Amino acid sequence: MEFKVPTMADMMAAGEEPEILFWVGCAGSYDERAQKITRDICKILHHVGLKYAVLGTEESCTGDPAKRAGNEFLFQMQAMANIEVLNAYNIKKIVTGCPHCFNTIKNEYPGLGGNYEVIHHTQLIQDLINQGKLKAEGGESFKGKKITYHDPCYLGRANGVYEAPRKALEVLDAQLVEMKRCKANGLCCGAGGAQMFKEPEKGNKDINIERIEEALSTEPQFIAAGCPFCMTMLNDGVKLKDKEQEVKVLDIAEITARANGL
Amino acid sequence: MVSQIIFVILTIVGVGLFAFNAQKVIRNIKLGKSANRSDKPQERWMVMLKVAFGQTKMAVRPVPFLLHLVVYLGFVIINIEVLEIVIDGIFGTHRVFSGLGGLYNFLIGSFELLAAGVWLACVVFLIRRNVLKLKRFSGVEMKTWPKSDANYILITEILLMSAFLLMNAADAKLQSLGASHYTAAGAFPVSAWLQNLLPNQIDTLIFIERFCWWFHIAGIFAFLNYLPYSKHFHIILAFPNTYFSNLKPKGQFSNMDSVTNEVKAMLDPSFVPADAAPGRFGAKDIQDLSWVNLLNAYTCTECGRCTSVCPANITGKLLSPRKIMMDTRDRMEEVGKNIDKHGAEHQDGKALLDDYITREEIWACTSCNACVEACPVNIDPLSIITELRRYAVMEESVAPASINAMLGNVENNGAPWKYSPSDRFNWSEGN
Repeated sequence: MEFKVPTMADMMAAGEEPEILFWVGCAGSYDERAQKITRDICKILHHVGLKYAVLGTEESCTGDPAKRAGNEFLFQMQAMANIEVLNAYNIKKIVTGCPHCFNTIKNEYPGLGGNYEVIHHTQLIQDLINQGKLKAEGGESFKGKKITYHDPCYLGRANGVYEAPRKALEVLDAQLVEMKRCKANGLCCGAGGAQMFKEPEKGNKDINIERIEEALSTEPQFIAAGCPFCMTMLNDGVKLKDKEQEVKVLDIAEITARANGL
Repeated sequence: MVSQIIFVILTIVGVGLFAFNAQKVIRNIKLGKSANRSDKPQERWMVMLKVAFGQTKMAVRPVPFLLHLVVYLGFVIINIEVLEIVIDGIFGTHRVFSGLGGLYNFLIGSFELLAAGVWLACVVFLIRRNVLKLKRFSGVEMKTWPKSDANYILITEILLMSAFLLMNAADAKLQSLGASHYTAAGAFPVSAWLQNLLPNQIDTLIFIERFCWWFHIAGIFAFLNYLPYSKHFHIILAFPNTYFSNLKPKGQFSNMDSVTNEVKAMLDPSFVPADAAPGRFGAKDIQDLSWVNLLNAYTCTECGRCTSVCPANITGKLLSPRKIMMDTRDRMEEVGKNIDKHGAEHQDGKALLDDYITREEIWACTSCNACVEACPVNIDPLSIITELRRYAVMEESVAPASINAMLGNVENNGAPWKYSPSDRFNWSEGN
């Protein structure tokens, strides 16, 4: 990357405090495809000049997959350890790159002593657009391109965030097409509830295939996502349908970064 | 006089029997663990008014919404007429409210139109279930009793409405023939069309009018007592169920206090938990669920909206959120019967998990909340699935191998995959 991503440890050593902590998440840290999204979020933060930092190696799993799988012990162990780190750094505001981290830190950490203002990166992008700090210029033009947005369950239904990601797409002057099952009625990509880490149960179809068929039926050039797990599932679906050339699955952050030439 | 006495006895038996059975239902619901749902009363009233009274979540599907609205309004409004029937029955009067004059005619006229609407809607509902065979009404859990239950309800409502209209037709004809006791009152926009089908003899007409009157009111009492055995219980329980809805974001799973105590004690040996250790982590049987889960189960009317939007079910997996609710109710009623027969301490060696709900079902859930969103009365099948998973994982350590591997990775590496924590920041070196 062209700039150094600041860590909390660096900030602390320099006697500084960031405006916002970027919580990267496990997928964003380790998954190659999701790493690109992570870097694009950093590029956006850097571009608008927001004072941010990441935890780097001090970050650990929020405990979300453990909790959804039923292991409350492991979840709370993870949560309490993370809260200790976050509170030690006096963190007030967090932006996450993953709806699962977003949901867990926002809703489930307060009961365990972790109280922060938590937003998802699509909400940050929406805020920056509303404040006029972020536009869609200087980069790739999405004008007139057909984009369909897949609502991640833990952003949409779980927390009622439907408009922020759409707002980020609206500024592109693209042609936004909704799938029949969208917003509150959105269909899961199949990865939630710890399904990401196991083989599906016996059935007649994989959930991501059901979803990708619906997405492809809108004949999009881009499928927009807001979650690294959805990204994996949708990408796998597009590959399986042999549509990699015609259709690209991109995160809202990637689209925003591209549109701004970052 | 004799008929008045019979009527009073019928009313007492009808209402008394219902109260007796309702008490058992309340006892069964109380088998569940405590849960606090008495906060924010104002917001709770609003949710109930909107979702139960206003039926806002039904509107997603316009056709059943309209049909259901007619039946619902019919049920609520025609019950005003039942009040008159009860007073007439006790005092031997004829249309005691007829003193209201024009307003009375308007009311009776509206009841008739509604009754005809209910009749028609129920016929359409029967056709949807039995002729068009809508997919939503099928499924492994919709065989035998649940299937008949739905048809019984619809047929009963058709019969009740038929009796109501026929009673009015006979009454109106008696009024026009000047029969004594049948003072002219009411307007009959629908049953007027039935009058020609009726005979002209006053005796026969009185017999028909009385028969329908008794059939209608006895039918209502019978129906009332059918509710605790039927999915139709939702007509009452939808109201408390929505009042006690989850008001938090759907994605927020409860933090288990019992676990918090143990984790704190583990991290800090000097920590002394405030209350004693619980019996069990998660749920194996209905007593381990909360009373809200159990109220949910009694409220479920098996409409199948949850199952029709469940990604697992859509793609052919065994999981059906509707079945989760039906199984919970069936098991709860079984436990209740055991208590009646053998006392509260009786163990029958069965449990909700494995005897009713299989592991394959609970592990197929993506926790996407589509079922919770779809339920017109705010039932939450996901929280039952989560409790069953908690039991399997924390009490038994039994989970699919890949889930165990993921849990091991989170525990050892701080990530669900087998990567080193020291590599966590490597992404910043890429482009």
